[in-house]
Amino acid sequence: MHETALTLNTTELLAIPALPLLAALLAGLFGWALKEKLTHWICCLGVIGSAILSIDVFMQVQAGASFYGNYWTWMLSDQFVVPVGMMIDRLTAIMMVTVTIVSACVHVYTIGYMHGDPGYTRFFSYISAFTFSMLVLVMGNNFFTLFFGWEAVGLFSYLLIGFWFKRESANFAALKAFIVNRVGDFGFAIGILAVWYYFGTVDYHEVFRMVPDFVTQHVSLHFMGWEVTAITFMCLALFIGAMGKSAQVPLHVWLPDSMEGPTPISALIHAATMVTAGVFMVARLSPMFEFSETALATVTVVGAITAWMCATIGLVQNDIKRVIAYSTCSQLGYMFVACGVSAYSAGIFHLMTHAYFKALLFLAAGSVIHGMMAKQDIRIMGQLRRFMPVTYITMLIGALALAGLPPFAGYWSKDLIIEAAAVRGMGWSSELAYWCVLTGVFMTAFYTFRMFFLTFHNSDRVPAKIKAHVHESPKVITVPLLILSVGAIGAGFWGVSVGLTEAEVIHGYFANSIFVLEAHNPLLTLEAAETNHTLGFFTHYGPLLLALGGIGLAWFMYFRETAMPAKLAASFPRVHDFLLNKWYWDELFDKLFVRPARCLGTMLWQKGDLDMIDKGMIHGGIVDSIKSGAARMRAMQTGMVYHYAFAMVIGVFGFLTYLLLKA
Amino acid sequence: MDLHNVLDFPILSLSIFLPSLGALFIWLFVRGDDAVRWSALAVSVATFLVTLPLALQFDTTTAHMQFEEFHRWIPAFNINYQLGVDGISMPFILLTSLLTVICIISAWECIRTRVKEYMLAFLVLETTLIGVFSALDAVLFYFFWEAMLIPMYLIIGVWGGKNRVYATIKFFLYTLAGSVLMLVALLAMYFKAGHTFSMLDFMDYPFDFTWQFWIWIAFFIAFAVKVPMWPVHTWLPDAHTEAPTAGSVILAGILLKMGAYGFLRFSLPMLPDASQYFVPFVVALSLIAIIYISLVAMMQQDMKRLIAYSSIAHMGFVTLGTFMFTQPAVEGAIIGMISHGFVAAALFLCVGVMYDRLHTREIADYGGVVNVMPVFAAVMMVFCMANVALPGASAFIGEIMVLIGTFDASSVAQAQLGMVSSKWIAIGAATSVVLSACYTLWMYKRVIMGDLTKDTVKGMPDMNMREFGYFVPLIMLVVWLGLYPLPVLDVMHESVAHLIAQATTSKLDAAAALAQHMPVQQLAVH
Repeated sequence: MHETALTLNTTELLAIPALPLLAALLAGLFGWALKEKLTHWICCLGVIGSAILSIDVFMQVQAGASFYGNYWTWMLSDQFVVPVGMMIDRLTAIMMVTVTIVSACVHVYTIGYMHGDPGYTRFFSYISAFTFSMLVLVMGNNFFTLFFGWEAVGLFSYLLIGFWFKRESANFAALKAFIVNRVGDFGFAIGILAVWYYFGTVDYHEVFRMVPDFVTQHVSLHFMGWEVTAITFMCLALFIGAMGKSAQVPLHVWLPDSMEGPTPISALIHAATMVTAGVFMVARLSPMFEFSETALATVTVVGAITAWMCATIGLVQNDIKRVIAYSTCSQLGYMFVACGVSAYSAGIFHLMTHAYFKALLFLAAGSVIHGMMAKQDIRIMGQLRRFMPVTYITMLIGALALAGLPPFAGYWSKDLIIEAAAVRGMGWSSELAYWCVLTGVFMTAFYTFRMFFLTFHNSDRVPAKIKAHVHESPKVITVPLLILSVGAIGAGFWGVSVGLTEAEVIHGYFANSIFVLEAHNPLLTLEAAETNHTLGFFTHYGPLLLALGGIGLAWFMYFRETAMPAKLAASFPRVHDFLLNKWYWDELFDKLFVRPARCLGTMLWQKGDLDMIDKGMIHGGIVDSIKSGAARMRAMQTGMVYHYAFAMVIGVFGFLTYLLLKA
Repeated sequence: MDLHNVLDFPILSLSIFLPSLGALFIWLFVRGDDAVRWSALAVSVATFLVTLPLALQFDTTTAHMQFEEFHRWIPAFNINYQLGVDGISMPFILLTSLLTVICIISAWECIRTRVKEYMLAFLVLETTLIGVFSALDAVLFYFFWEAMLIPMYLIIGVWGGKNRVYATIKFFLYTLAGSVLMLVALLAMYFKAGHTFSMLDFMDYPFDFTWQFWIWIAFFIAFAVKVPMWPVHTWLPDAHTEAPTAGSVILAGILLKMGAYGFLRFSLPMLPDASQYFVPFVVALSLIAIIYISLVAMMQQDMKRLIAYSSIAHMGFVTLGTFMFTQPAVEGAIIGMISHGFVAAALFLCVGVMYDRLHTREIADYGGVVNVMPVFAAVMMVFCMANVALPGASAFIGEIMVLIGTFDASSVAQAQLGMVSSKWIAIGAATSVVLSACYTLWMYKRVIMGDLTKDTVKGMPDMNMREFGYFVPLIMLVVWLGLYPLPVLDVMHESVAHLIAQATTSKLDAAAALAQHMPVQQLAVH
């Protein structure tokens, strides 16, 4: 792969991140002069240009081209060298295309959605800069470029969540998102330190080349009686970073709150691109993760728990965006399960399909919110299909894709993940993961269609004041919805046709860009099982049946027997409250970390700095002793000349003695 | 003598004395506040231009002192006027001359009383600071080190806030107590090393362990107060809070670096064995600075106090990196100091901008500033993110290099740490990733974000061109150093490599050999 004859054009590659960056700088620095129209033209053209180039690069990569090269040195000190460069292969290419296409749709959509907002140009500057950062994240060729992009997307996520800075809740959500992400970054940073320490380089190629040898040396770390192998340590530390960015339990708490931001960024950042960075990272680092069973098991279990738990929370939420947000957490869990069971290409496949249908769902929800005068509560919606037909149809497509019904995109990728988890056989972790993702399918279908029916069908509960205003959104909003619908339908077929469902390394799409040990490869097992017809009926059709069951139940509860949900909630109040309050994670963290940290800070300041050091040590100890000492010294200063003369003589004698002895 | 400096022009002397000569001129001949402001600015800009050749003509291929000057000063005690810079000290001289310009611009409108004296104090301060960083004679160094206290004392004491007297005395006593011990240490070295005050001689002379031990402690107290390190840090928040804006800028930007510079210039190369011996001690204090102080910073109600505490936390990284004896760590520490010179200075300037409008530093008195000062909010965001050490900002380079160098500490440092692997120390220090975000962004949220609810805030006008003007170069420097630190790293590579060689080479064998060759002197001492 490295020695491919075809090399991509450097200028073209550089232009892909440079165009959005340039647009962002222009919009950010000169937005006040460019005014709205020129700003959105610049940003949209920048990102669309970047998307077209990405597609071109993708085609070339498809034909066997690749790129690897460094541009400049970022840091250099002794042995420590950090270059800045790019590595373009099939994994990168698919990410680039996904990111830029979704971003382009969101840019166009924003023209309609943010129309008239006082921060219009600022918003465009942020989302273009975000696109640049995300491209750096996926295109970089070493851990530091990854980290740079990682932190930069975090920054723009923070700025965009707090975009409406007048809202206290938005500011709080932004702060929370940044700090929780930083907890993940703490792990990530340690992972990078360890990688550099053990391999002496941060370059992907070199690290990946050294891993197999390194593993055979059985280097391990000891800490308080624990022993972990170095490779496990590195993978787990890096995975903590992935958990933060990709909102995995227990670092998922920021994602639902991030819905305080404007809807276009919920679609772009908190559904389609940034939050999937963790999945990308694990897939990119597959040559490392593959060599640590512990790390793989951890990824699987964390993903499985997130997938299941967030699905349960999604069942009862009433905010249209929060339902989708919890579904995002849950679907990210699916992707991690895929990576954990070594079905990386299934994970990336789901990442891609999810990007289209989830962005579609969010943008459709945004269209609903736009029509509903910024109301997001599904309890006051209903029968909206009469007013917003395009939104209705596109949302239905998105919902079917999310629920996992053929032929929509979600079906192909999610089904593959579940089957891979079923056949992987890595002990209890993959067992647990299988049941989590399987039952998750039922819940996913249920909550998606609960939201769908409550919004577009059911009884008409829209308050009269808003009703007069409800309307279908303008073309700049509906056209991106239609484009994404195409993705939500077609991405699955497309993925199957290029070989995303086939085993990596052997003959699948990713070829050498993803590494899987042959003993792990569940896709290989699946292929064998399919040719031998040994895959059970339930493994094969179970997910589909469960999805249909979930939709059916939602139909029954929210379409037919509409009084039932309230009764059900009343008969199980504890369960309902537990889910409605999101398993009380926020309360737990508040008690466990936030309050203690503040108490500790206050205590160290008041007791430590002020009482102990200032009053105790300095005033009590030093100042007082100086005072009492000075009092005694004062007594010596009698004012009598012969006292002084005597002291002088003693001093001179002392000094002379010293000099004599020395000589 | 430096080959590059073909004319043998005494650039260092000129850099040191130009500000003072300018001050003298202003004192004698300039009348009227505005004339004083402009002429002070002219002097500081001229000084900055004079220091530029130090960077432009710097020879990065050698660890030797450059731009050296040597004159006999007090021959009776072998005290000389000896100057020179290497890759460790040169960046600080430029930082000083740059920040002084910014300080003078920042004081343009907010200082209305005794303008002339204020400007004079800053120019004299500049002389002493550049002097500290270029002196190669210990007495000369000590002279500048102590002389620095006087203008700083006046700046806080005369133009400071309500509680300025308390803060000034605290500042003065702390630093003076420290420096007295330094004087004792210098005298001890003078007698031990054979009646020389040359710092280069001190580096070469093989002190035995007992001498190193006691001298190291004396130096440590002097430097630790300046850095400041826990538990002798409590003067800093008070001094910062009470100092006028420019005073805080120079205090955070330069004065704190003198302590760490002292470690790099005195403790490590002159007393390598003691420095190694005390590694666990310094590491423990540095970690306390990073974690304990960050938690304290989080709970501050006063913006300046918060940034002061954040400075102490960041200096914790500097002291940690200094005592790891690896090239990335030491270079990271130096970059960290330069970066902190920009970032902390800028943050104090930000508070100053708000203070000039509302005359309060309490976080609770603000809220929703972004509504009335959007440009300012954006500028402050940049520096807050730099303070959080986001990649792309200069602080990231410093912190990540210190962490890299700590995780992979030199065998010498690791040997001292014993059971505790330096990896765990790096992990402990890395908690700053989370903590710095907590205190910085929480403050930003409370001060800048939110709706306009307070009438006083409603009346705040956005920055004027003068204010905007001094932030622009700082932003450019922070980003430049964050994305392309190579030129600065290049400058220090050779010097730092040399320093590490000095710090990791024990002097004890040579000391023992010396003791054997000179039995007479040994007897005499007994």
